[in-house]
Parts: sequence; C-alpha cells; structure tokens
Amino acid sequence: MPIPSRALPDLAAALCFLFILLVPFAAMGLAMINTGLGRSRNAAHMMLSSLCVIAVAAVVYFAVGFSWQGYAGRPGYAFTVSGKLWNWIAAEPFFWRGLKMDGSADSLAALLGMLSVGLAAIIPLGSGADRWRLGASCASAAVLAGWTFPLFAHWVWGGGWLAQLGVNYGLGQGFVDSGGASTVQAVGGLTALAVTWILGPRRGKYTADRMPLAIPGHNGVFILSGCFLAWLGWIGLDSAGAILFTGVEAGRAVLIAANATLAAVSSLVAVALITRARFGKPDASLCANGWVGGLVASSAGCAVIPPAAAMIVGLVAGVLVTFSVELLELHLTVDDPGGAISVHAVGGLWGLLAVGIFADASGQWIAQLAGIATLLGFVLPMTYALHRLLNRVSPMRAAAEGERQGLDLHELGAGAYPDFMSHNDDLQR
Amino acid sequence: MNQIFMRLPGFLLLLAGWVIVLAAVALLRSTAQGIFAIAGLGVQLLGLSFVVRSHLIPHGGKR
Repeated sequence: MPIPSRALPDLAAALCFLFILLVPFAAMGLAMINTGLGRSRNAAHMMLSSLCVIAVAAVVYFAVGFSWQGYAGRPGYAFTVSGKLWNWIAAEPFFWRGLKMDGSADSLAALLGMLSVGLAAIIPLGSGADRWRLGASCASAAVLAGWTFPLFAHWVWGGGWLAQLGVNYGLGQGFVDSGGASTVQAVGGLTALAVTWILGPRRGKYTADRMPLAIPGHNGVFILSGCFLAWLGWIGLDSAGAILFTGVEAGRAVLIAANATLAAVSSLVAVALITRARFGKPDASLCANGWVGGLVASSAGCAVIPPAAAMIVGLVAGVLVTFSVELLELHLTVDDPGGAISVHAVGGLWGLLAVGIFADASGQWIAQLAGIATLLGFVLPMTYALHRLLNRVSPMRAAAEGERQGLDLHELGAGAYPDFMSHNDDLQR
Repeated sequence: MNQIFMRLPGFLLLLAGWVIVLAAVALLRSTAQGIFAIAGLGVQLLGLSFVVRSHLIPHGGKR
C-alpha cells in the first residue's frame, strides 16, 4: 500500500527532475578524471569499473539502500534521549515498494539517491587505481550502496538525528548539507582512504627510503574534459539536493549554480597560482583536482551561503587540496593516484565546516561539527572494518603479474589503446 | 604487531571523540557545548594521527 507522498509544486518537481538528470554527467566527469590520472594500461579497466560500480550501486540501493535511507516524514526507527527523538534509520519496504513514482518529493529523492550513490561509489576508484580488482571494487560498491551511504544519508537527508539537531537542540537549522558534501563526497572520500590503506601503494611507487616516485597520469585531455562534465553534473546535484533536502524554492538554483561555479573557478585559480609559484608552471592534474575540490566544498552550503562566501570556500579548498595531495603522498605514504581523498574527503569536510562559519544561524557550527565528528568517528572506522572483512573474504588487490601487465589485459583481455605501446616504463627497467 | 597496537587505539579514539561530541550536543548548553564539541574533535584528530602512523609503509625494501 503506497504511503501518501509529499507533493512539490509542479514547476519545482519538473525542474528538480531535470536537475537530477544532470547528475550522471558528474559521474562521467569523475570516471574520465580517474581514467586520465591512471596508467594507460589500466584505462579500459577504470572506465568499465566505473560503469560496473554504478550498476552494482544502483541495484543494491534499489533493493535495500533506500529502505534504510527513507525521506523526511516517512516511517523510521527512533529512540529517545532526555525527551528528544533520535531518528536513526528508516523503515521503508525493500525494492521501493510503498513508493509511488509520481514526481512526488519522495520519489525524486529515491531517484536522486540512486544516482548519487553511483557517484559516491566511483570516488574510491580514483584512489585504488591501477591495482584494485574489478570484482572487489563492485563488492565495495555493494557495501557502500547497501549500508554506509543510506544510513548516513538518512541521518542527513532522510529526517534523521543530524538533520533534527536544529529542532531538538536549537543548533541552527540542524546539520546542513544541501548538495551531498557529506553523504556523497566525504563518505566516498573516506571510503577511498580506507581502500588505499588496505590496498597499499602501487608497485614501484616508493623507494626503500620511502621516497615517492612520480607516476604521471596518461591523458591530460581526459582529466580536463572530465572537469567540464563534473561542473554540469554538480550544478544538477546541488540544485536537486537543495530543493529536496533543504526545502528551498526552485528559483534558488540560480544562486546554487553561481556558488558552485565561483567555488570551482576560485579553487582552480588558487591551485594554479600555488603550483606556478612552487614549480614554475601550473600543474594540470592538480588544477583538475582543485576544480573538483572547489565543487565538492561548495556542495554543502550551495543554497545557504552568499556568492562572496562561496569564492572564499573555493579559494581555501584549492589551498587545502594542493597541500593535502603533497602531505598524503610525500609524508604519509598514501598512494592516491586520483587525488580522491584530498578532493572528496578533505574538500567535503572543509565545505561542511564552512557552512558553520558562513551560515547566519546561531549554533550552526556545532551542528556542522557534530556531522564532521560522525564522519570521522563512525563512518571511517565502519567502512574500514567492512573493507578489511571484504579483503579477508576475497583479496582486493590485483596479483603482481596483473599490476605489471596492466589490468586491461589481465582482467579484461584487451587494452584500451591496442595500436600503441603502453608499457614504456617496463621496457626501461 | 606494533601497527595493531597503534591502529586499534586510534580507531577507538575516533569513536571516543564522536561520543564526546554527541554527549556535548545532547547534555550541555551554550559555551560548554562548543568547548566540548571542539575537544571531541581534538580527540578524533589524535586518533586519526595514530591510525595514519599505523599505515605508514616501513623503511627498507622497495615497494
């Protein structure tokens, strides 16, 4: 028996649907960036992995994910602390039964969730590039879409306890994340961190005295084209999320598009200036990371902060991404070829904190800190433990021979560029 | 073995910091709430540094 749906005005519902249709562009953008930043011998593997994790994530989210996520006003389980309700998980039937697909807010939220979880599942592929087996990345996507993402998304987007911090404890408007800086980006970025720790660095990445060797990306055009697609997709994700989860009117999409653009461009400028000053020339792959980092950071507050604040958010994101990439690779021996941890985890956490700094509501910063603490204290240990378990059941890392040969040939039987010699570095050894 | 001794307390500190922040939100008001929330995040940063250290690749042997 379908539960009565919360209605959106027709125009808002139609616009929201159109914005949701833009989200796959963000996924395509990230897939292209990850592919370009990896080695040429793994290019087809990376693109196929991206499609496969989207497929697995969508199926699992449809089967069970939305049941845990739900939507504000729909059934959920809660416990009481000092007379306040803490709604911790939704109680929806499996397979979207009870959900009327009629353009209502609930149905649009389910559709956006299905596309967003695919985007979140692509993020760890960037950090596990060149060494993560296809089957293992699909298993990781299933865990993300079936448990980690829906549970946290319920707390933030589904009327859960983080979203209710404003109503229950007077902390601003509760934890605010309109465009998925926490639910999609930080959850994906922290999963990327867990995956990178478990996989370890690529063979030949570090010398005996822990000095990293440069393994440059193989296709700058892929990387930078991906940025354009991600821009379009992000505007769609931010706008749809803001209409559905922050309750803003559809006209606010103008502010959201302006904020996303300003954050991306100012982040890019910051990275270009920093790398120009330090290395003499702007670094193209870091600039791409900065661009996406700006988009990520702007997601949380896209609908509630003014454009000037979005510029500052982007500038700081650019600085953070640049130095975070260096810190992880050089000092913490974290081999993250796609820069996923710096862009999505660091950028996302900064964006969440920025809402607390720039939003004009008393106690908002404490609500934002509560969300950040939940990501670090609950999501990261949980996703790490789940991936350890997956790795115990079936090793995540490709065999040494597969890594040397390239995952295209090893796992797919054919390379992405059959007409070109792509094993130059092996021939030099 | 040393890595486990560093990693497990690190994750426990991450969890403990989260609990401190939750307790601050649910039980305290005004200034104390903010101070305890920041303290909880500080505990988490300490835990994160432990976990990060436990994952550093060891010196010696080409990777």
